[in-house]
Amino acid sequence: MFESLQSRLEQALKKMRGQAKITEENIEEAIKEIRTAFLDADVNFAVVKKFIEDIKAKAVGMEVKGNLLPGQLVVKVVYDELVELMGAQKSELLYARSGPTIILVAGLQGSGKTTFCGKLSVYLKKKGRQPLLVAADIYRPAAIEQLKVLGQQANVPVFTVENANPRQIASDSLQYARKYNRDVIIVDTAGRLTIDEEMMNEVEDISKLLNPVETLFVCDAMTGQDAVNTAKAFHERLNLTGVVLTKLDGDTRGGAALSIRTVVGKPIKFVGIGEKIDALELFHPERIASRILGMGDILTLVEKAQSEIDEKEAAKLEEKIRKNEFNLQDFLEQLKVIKRMGSLKDLLGMIPGMDSAMRNVQIDDKAFSKVEAIIFSMTKEERSNPKIINGGRRRRIALGSGSSIQDVNRLLKQFEDMQKMMKMMTKGNMASKMRNFKMPTGFRR
Amino acid sequence: MGFFDKIKAKVTSVFEAVGFDKLVSGLEKTRAAFVNRLQKVLGGGRKIDAQLLDEVEEILITSDIGVTTSAKIIENVKATVKKERFENAEQIYDLIKQEILAIFAKAQQQWTPLDYNLTGKSKPYSMLIVGVNGVGKTTTIGKLSNNFKNHGKKVIIGAADTFRAAANEQLEVWAERAGVDIVSQHQGADPAAVAFDTMNAALARDTDVVIIDTAGRLHNKTHLMTELEKIGRVMKKNRADAPNEVLLVLDATTGQNALQQAREFTKVAPLTGLILTKLDGTAKGGIVIAITDELQLPVRFIGVGEKIDDLQLFDPVAYVEALFEQPEKADS
Repeated sequence: MFESLQSRLEQALKKMRGQAKITEENIEEAIKEIRTAFLDADVNFAVVKKFIEDIKAKAVGMEVKGNLLPGQLVVKVVYDELVELMGAQKSELLYARSGPTIILVAGLQGSGKTTFCGKLSVYLKKKGRQPLLVAADIYRPAAIEQLKVLGQQANVPVFTVENANPRQIASDSLQYARKYNRDVIIVDTAGRLTIDEEMMNEVEDISKLLNPVETLFVCDAMTGQDAVNTAKAFHERLNLTGVVLTKLDGDTRGGAALSIRTVVGKPIKFVGIGEKIDALELFHPERIASRILGMGDILTLVEKAQSEIDEKEAAKLEEKIRKNEFNLQDFLEQLKVIKRMGSLKDLLGMIPGMDSAMRNVQIDDKAFSKVEAIIFSMTKEERSNPKIINGGRRRRIALGSGSSIQDVNRLLKQFEDMQKMMKMMTKGNMASKMRNFKMPTGFRR
Repeated sequence: MGFFDKIKAKVTSVFEAVGFDKLVSGLEKTRAAFVNRLQKVLGGGRKIDAQLLDEVEEILITSDIGVTTSAKIIENVKATVKKERFENAEQIYDLIKQEILAIFAKAQQQWTPLDYNLTGKSKPYSMLIVGVNGVGKTTTIGKLSNNFKNHGKKVIIGAADTFRAAANEQLEVWAERAGVDIVSQHQGADPAAVAFDTMNAALARDTDVVIIDTAGRLHNKTHLMTELEKIGRVMKKNRADAPNEVLLVLDATTGQNALQQAREFTKVAPLTGLILTKLDGTAKGGIVIAITDELQLPVRFIGVGEKIDDLQLFDPVAYVEALFEQPEKADS
């Protein structure tokens, strides 16, 4: 897991304690940390260099005031700059004023073009459009077949011409779209390397032929330093109008987004966040900014939780926490939900500040099973009111769950701590409180 | 420095090997850019100083080698410079090469070599091919089967990517091109069942090599990783030593996340090696150096094009040489 930039910055800015202003000298260490964080996130080297200079210019001279630590102040400057850089331009899809809207989709092999085209057609249908998918990848085996299957899932027609070249397919698709009244044409092209002159000529020809309203460059969010070269090369040939960042449901920090945004200057319009045909989203600059900074992705966490937790249940739980009625039975149910959501460490990593708090904590998901077993061995009454669990009951619970009395004691102590933490949380400022919260020892190994 | 003398001798032989031209031309752009910049930094009789080392580090980082590994390489180079009292900037060039080669060599030493002859390997020799989406697993398997077939091996492919639309069809085309057997089921079938059937078919048909294709999966998706674990487990049912290889396919354009991929995949399907694809583009795939350094995994094959014979056995010397080679030497 990545260390959060904020904790590293706080370390680096230690010598600033007691100083009221950010100066060229006292920010030096912090700048180094920002640089490393950005490079670790795969932001292009040259882009990092320029970005750092801008940040320095902005931060130097700033006064540290209020409750902010110097590290937090610097992170804020960096974060704001990132968001501004990536979201300055509105990123909605453009449509043709008259006639069908043509969207040309291009990129390297394996970046996820075909999957994106399928998803885009679903998105457009939801918007009340009549899309047509055009299969112009005649090179990769079964690429056309893949698009056909996706078209079927999306209930969108797929156009192609047997034994024709991509130029032919593209131009024929126009007539087909007119004849069958399709108002958006999505052209899926083959993956190509930027140094493959012949293939680059081909896609350039298609572009000239179709004169698309949108030319979207599909880029794998995991791309490293080369993202800049590739995006630039495609932009020179095709005059891109936007970027699609795919596979963002992985755990990459996605620095390529910043690199491409800086180099090409075109907005990121969509992000791919899963393998399902509706796993497409509009781009949120704040989210990618937190991601690049390693500040966690609280929104993703919230969404993940949302998909697993029933709204009503959540409201009930919140009420319970607020009234301090959260008991072991509730805890057990929460454990189940968390287990469904995936690895605990991944989840915690999405919480800002938790990343650094958890740095040295090894979390074993199996530890859950033990906790569950212990709670299973309690009576209903004990679960709802743990205070009644005396020595005798503890012995019985330990025997029943195949654990030791110490284990039971530890769980009860943890639960008590947890209740205390919940009390604090209801009073706000979660992240800073969390930092003071000691992780239950049962989760350590 | 006996080790490096050996390496130098090997370089010469590698240059004569057939595959090298292709790698060189494949890496042409990469290398040209890299070498130009290195020469800019190292040329002109410069002295070795902190600024020079910073510039060299920059070049390493832009090859996706990563901050940590780059820093480590530089540290080692610094130590050598001090110890051997090097002064000339051009000597740095060799030292970096040697550092990277040492990383590859150390990892490689811990594994028995793997080539298409499969000398001394068990039969059938089973390989499980894993990786995230879009790295080129299916294409690599097509090429791999072709190469084994050309070495007189009987190959069977298991189409255990039952998830992606038309993955079966794609693999069938490759199997046909290579002229090898394939076991597949319908889309949505249990991939572990496909792997199991393939192992059985291999045993029944006296097959030399089993290659199991798997669906691309992001390493942070718990259920998909559990599924992969199951595939590995099921393969063992009839052959306790299966899978003999678990190869992680990495896209050369991938940045630092590849390290995370390797760490996570090896938890559920203990990796025995790496395959680096798309080296014919402008990306350098330097992250394999970081992965090799951390996880001590050998790079087994590299993909340098889209044609069926564009998969080569990985040769660290050739790889590093191709990255660092002076342009005029490559022309000769």
